[in-house]
Amino acid sequence: MAFSLDQVELGDRVHGEIERISTWLRETVLGKLKRRGVVLGLSGGIDSSVVAALCVRAFGADRVLGLFMNEGESADDTARLARSIADHLAIATVNEDISPILVATGCYARRDAAIRSVIPRYAEGWKCKLVLPSVLDTDRYRIFSVVVRSPDGEQLAARLSPAAYLEVVAATSFKQRTRKMLEYFHADRLVYAVAGTPNRLEYDQGFFVKNGDGAADVKPIAHLYKTQVYELAAALGVPDEIRTRPPTTDTYSLPQSQEEFYFSLPYDMMDACLYARDHGVSAAEAAVAIGRTAAQIERVYRDIDAKRAAARYLHAGPLTLAPPA
Amino acid sequence: MVTSEVRTQVRTFVTNNFYLADPDAFDDATSFLRDGIIDSTGVLELVTFVEDRFGITVPDDDLVPTNFDSIDALVAFVERKRG
Repeated sequence: MAFSLDQVELGDRVHGEIERISTWLRETVLGKLKRRGVVLGLSGGIDSSVVAALCVRAFGADRVLGLFMNEGESADDTARLARSIADHLAIATVNEDISPILVATGCYARRDAAIRSVIPRYAEGWKCKLVLPSVLDTDRYRIFSVVVRSPDGEQLAARLSPAAYLEVVAATSFKQRTRKMLEYFHADRLVYAVAGTPNRLEYDQGFFVKNGDGAADVKPIAHLYKTQVYELAAALGVPDEIRTRPPTTDTYSLPQSQEEFYFSLPYDMMDACLYARDHGVSAAEAAVAIGRTAAQIERVYRDIDAKRAAARYLHAGPLTLAPPA
Repeated sequence: MVTSEVRTQVRTFVTNNFYLADPDAFDDATSFLRDGIIDSTGVLELVTFVEDRFGITVPDDDLVPTNFDSIDALVAFVERKRG
């Protein structure tokens, strides 16, 4: 059978998948982990909204706590959309403004100093983001550049030095790690588990911060392609506005799509490439279904393999010489 | 600086900077990425090294494996750039 894009879709299996995940969540959280419910961060995005809805299915609304953890650089619609899914599901919420913690850790100051080392004019009031070249049309290494914009709208871009790049990423990761710290605070006080919200693309390709958004007790949608997450969202009645919001990293102060930060492709094409790569579909055959050239899909395959290799460290837990008793 | 010195300096940088369990097992034609010697951050370090050490500028369009994926490729690239 020739490869086609709809092979990635759950189709009429979506309701069975919702039941399978709900059952697994109950058995795992209540049975194995001995926790009484679930806490999770709500970003207003599709992934956390679907995980919240699945947790309500599994445990009931009174055993799910949603956290709003905005900071000064969060997108304008983040708070409103996060509130809308919480209201829709009728779950309890806590608002945690993480800006003061990020200021105290030096998240912004360390990042800005690193950016200034390559763009000296970058100053207070400017905005920034990291971008990658497209994987489709060139063999160029996927090396990040920083893009900054002045309050007047002047935009500058520069390749980062190795030290500046690593410092920007390390400093920015305070955001994900601060959020996880607060999730575990609430989980500990309620004897709840923490639910992580990565989808398969993010989990497989290492699009998470180790001990930040990569940390959790359960990851209920880590096996699902993003396409499938959208199918679950529709079946679970997630509000339209969340289902139609373009995926964003919501990590840097300039708007940044997931394509330009990590995947280089729209999510449905990235899903198809990952599926094809893992099911032995040749680049030539996948190219026909996806509507690109075989050379372009070869580049995506190489990028998938490179990211997978880099993700091994992110997935590794602490290593010990001898296992515990 | 003659080609052999460029080669020695590049090889010294790679072996010192990217921890190699067995430096003797990699030769001047070994692919850095395919053999997992360096990742994209490592490429960025290589670029900065050749710019600083050999006084050349590497534009974005030159950031391709043809120029950076082995000792041989790097030496040839530096020689081309230095004219």
